[in-house]
Amino acid sequence: MLRTTRTLRNAAAALVVLLLSGTAAFAQDAGGKLVIVTSFPKDMTTAFQQAFQKANPKVTVEILNRNTNAGVKYLQETASNNGVDLFWASAPDAFEVLKGAGLLQPYKPKVEGIPEKVGAYPVNDPEGMYAGFAASGYGIMWNTRYMKANDLPIPKEWADLTKPVYYDHVAISAPSRSGTTHLTIETILQGEGWEKGWRTNKEMAGNYRTITERSFGVPDGVNSGAFGVGIVIDFFALSSQASGFPVEFAYPTVTTIVPANVGVVKNAPNKAAAEGFVDFLLSPKGQEVLLEPAIRRLPVNPVTYEKAPAGYPNPFKDKSLGAQVNFDVNVSQARYNVVDALFDQLVTFQLDDLKAATQAIHKAEAALAKKPNDKAKALLGEARDLVAAMPVTAEQAADPQLAGAFTVERKSAKDAVPERQAQVEQKWAAFAKENYANARKKADEALALAR
Amino acid sequence: MTSLALTRDRIARVRPGPALAALLIAAFLLLFLVVPVVQVIFVAFQDKTTGAFTLVNFADFFQNALFMRSFGNSFYVSAMSVVVASLLALPLAYLTTRFEFRGSVLIQSLGIIPLIMPPFIGAVAMQLLFGRNGSVNLLLRDHFGFSIPFMEGLNGVIFVQSIHYFPFILINLSASLKNIDRAMEESAQNLGCHGFRLFRRIVFPLAMPGYVAGASLVFIKVFDDLGTPLLLNVNDMLAPQAYLRISSIGIADPMGYVISVVLIACSLLALWVSALAMRGKDYATVQRGGGGLAKRRLKPLELVAAYGIVLLILVLVLAPHVGLGLLSFATIWSFSPLPDAFTLKHYHTVFSESGQYITNTLLYASLAALLDVVIGTAIAYLVLRTKLPGRQWLDYIAMAALAVPGVVLGIGYLRSFYGVPMPFTGQPLSNFWLILVFALAIRRLPYALRACTAALQQVSSSLEEAAENLGATKLRTVGRIVVPLMSGGILAGFVTSFATAAVELSATIMLVHSQSDAPLAYGLYVYMQSAAGRGPGAALGIFAVIIVGLGTYLSHVVIERGRRDRSQDH
Repeated sequence: MLRTTRTLRNAAAALVVLLLSGTAAFAQDAGGKLVIVTSFPKDMTTAFQQAFQKANPKVTVEILNRNTNAGVKYLQETASNNGVDLFWASAPDAFEVLKGAGLLQPYKPKVEGIPEKVGAYPVNDPEGMYAGFAASGYGIMWNTRYMKANDLPIPKEWADLTKPVYYDHVAISAPSRSGTTHLTIETILQGEGWEKGWRTNKEMAGNYRTITERSFGVPDGVNSGAFGVGIVIDFFALSSQASGFPVEFAYPTVTTIVPANVGVVKNAPNKAAAEGFVDFLLSPKGQEVLLEPAIRRLPVNPVTYEKAPAGYPNPFKDKSLGAQVNFDVNVSQARYNVVDALFDQLVTFQLDDLKAATQAIHKAEAALAKKPNDKAKALLGEARDLVAAMPVTAEQAADPQLAGAFTVERKSAKDAVPERQAQVEQKWAAFAKENYANARKKADEALALAR
Repeated sequence: MTSLALTRDRIARVRPGPALAALLIAAFLLLFLVVPVVQVIFVAFQDKTTGAFTLVNFADFFQNALFMRSFGNSFYVSAMSVVVASLLALPLAYLTTRFEFRGSVLIQSLGIIPLIMPPFIGAVAMQLLFGRNGSVNLLLRDHFGFSIPFMEGLNGVIFVQSIHYFPFILINLSASLKNIDRAMEESAQNLGCHGFRLFRRIVFPLAMPGYVAGASLVFIKVFDDLGTPLLLNVNDMLAPQAYLRISSIGIADPMGYVISVVLIACSLLALWVSALAMRGKDYATVQRGGGGLAKRRLKPLELVAAYGIVLLILVLVLAPHVGLGLLSFATIWSFSPLPDAFTLKHYHTVFSESGQYITNTLLYASLAALLDVVIGTAIAYLVLRTKLPGRQWLDYIAMAALAVPGVVLGIGYLRSFYGVPMPFTGQPLSNFWLILVFALAIRRLPYALRACTAALQQVSSSLEEAAENLGATKLRTVGRIVVPLMSGGILAGFVTSFATAAVELSATIMLVHSQSDAPLAYGLYVYMQSAAGRGPGAALGIFAVIIVGLGTYLSHVVIERGRRDRSQDH
């Protein structure tokens, strides 16, 4: 028993020591501290942190890593007593949310020579709330070992991914989870039109192996060979390649180059340092950091490309890159949540049914190629149309009445009461489920005829 | 903490001591669990357009095909995970406690390690080993032309969850088995009962509190867990549905919170059912000090079989960590059974960058676990030994923490404590690192509470009555009789809370406000966001496993020594 008391006392002493050391670790503060909330990977933030601190030895940079959504939530929740100076992330729409909530303050960078547009997308926010500092585009990434082992051809365009040969080999992240995937979906919709765009999107989706919850889940899976082909943003692929993974990347013709952004947070405790950081990002020195193998983003300062390694994509020279689609931010904004919810309800949460229908179509198609049959061909066409069918038109998707079901609140009780989100979603899901089941049935019939 | 103990010390001398202790705990739970959570989930009961109270959201929930499917899937996966986890845990627990078994302590400690599956990399390692193009399947396909879908859909979730959470059953069951009165077993044997019948009729029923405690934890945990399904990209379960809705920008849909409420309700229901199963039965035994079941020596053939089984199970459950180890030494590992080459540079990276993460984690996790066992013991005692009205509610509320998604708790803390400035520094209270400790303690309290309750259920109250008859005060009885007799269960609670708090991410990620205060899980998260960070992330994960594993082993050694000392005192 004596031993027990002694152990207890030792434990108590240890506890006190622990507590004290913890407090000591906490007490440091003061000086020029710059707090940045970012969704960028450590490789990138550390490189910029070091470069900036070297140029500004008096400022200590504190990086807070959050995914984009959590970062936005964090800023919203802490706005009453803000301690963050900068928000630094890819997705322009996250900045739009912050701007809409009045959580950013305008700043006009001092650096000269940054073009107005990269590809078809404006580099900076017209109201100066946030500034683009690097460009990125979406494309297709593949694992060379996987492709060889499974004997797959190299995909070049989105439409390639709809081919039967890629069935169960492709992955994407959910647009509702990843702002950049959302842009890809929206780019295809704007590039090909609502109906045709959704058809492409769903035919691609029929080949998906999985739909990941994190953007990084896709390059991660391609890197390890869990699936062969991923739809990813360029720097994920380029930096994976630079770390030695057997992966390659290509931009399809229909892609959008969008800027990754930085914005000064309203009531930033260290406004001067925050503005200094923005200027540093855009300066030649800061832009060069983007070329590092582990980062690999496209600089927005055209001068920097002179220092880039051979074969580095240059959206200012290569006019085909991202210029095909004239991306309309307003169209995108008006139907933002609707597109996300449509994708979730028609694709993500119905993936098994969609894949079953797609597989049946692929089989019937293969049989038809060997033994043509007009009736079967017509049935197959109907099956394809059923898969592609949309519960809402482009006009309905842009209707504020529908969008209202997905937004925070009505301004006053007199505003028209939209349907509840859950009701709308259930309707769409039921629509998709029935169509996919019918499509599968028709494809099976076509197969039977072609046999 | 010490002040809490002191207050309890003081109030116990005043007669209504238990009542005050209950009030203190209730206040703690109210402040750090109920208020923050209610701040977030009241949305579930709100009409989105008018803000008035409504139940229409719940009607929507039950009319939605996706949610109903998710509900069914969650239930199925949880139940199957309990079955598979029991299959893994029973042999390990029985063999190591019942027989003279070399390395019992080592096996018991190794058995805890699956609980410390660090976020993200655990799943990456599992995919690399068991995934469609993982080592096992690549080899199978090359040599035999077929593959096994370990990780496909719901099966994958069941597979990973049962490996991950079976230690809950192992720990609690072992603690129970060790507490069984040897005399019970001997009387049965004298009456001619032996072999499997002895186990089925006498030993297992007597160890029931531990098993039920463990199994209910596994069920609830799997029901509420979102990390594993998300990482395996299984979306149609309840917890992922809630998370996906709550954490998406721009979607202020009440359904995410409705699902949270449903999750909490289901956890309480599972708990209530398990309490019902235990009701009216007395598991307490008076005799103590023999150190549980009589240990038998195995015959050579039996020994081989036993080692075979144990090794097989250990290989299976430790596979993720083997994968993690390989990953931490690997240069590139892509679409091949083994990495291309090996290197030490990831460890170098971690050593030079991440020391702070490790010390922070040790501090936070040990404080949280300590807080958990103190509160857990107190609640167990109040529930089982006092007649305070409403005492069951302390248990239920504390257990409900299990079902609160980490994100909800994190956001709730920000909402509740961000506006409160701290004395002296004027910083927001939510930035204080102790808040992180409280969040961890609340999240892990259910584990400690179940372990402590099971331990106390096996202590006969006649021992306390004897002590009090001999003139000991209530407090002295608790301190000198009850707590020492519960030590095995308390330790089990401490270890599970500590081990899981050390790798907790979802609440942490909302609350970390500066890198110098960040724990290891946050460091892992940061590493795992980039292709180049995979190796260092795995190395950091290995550190987490080693630290927690060592801690577990040491506490086992300490408790074994204490037990031996005590039995010599007798």
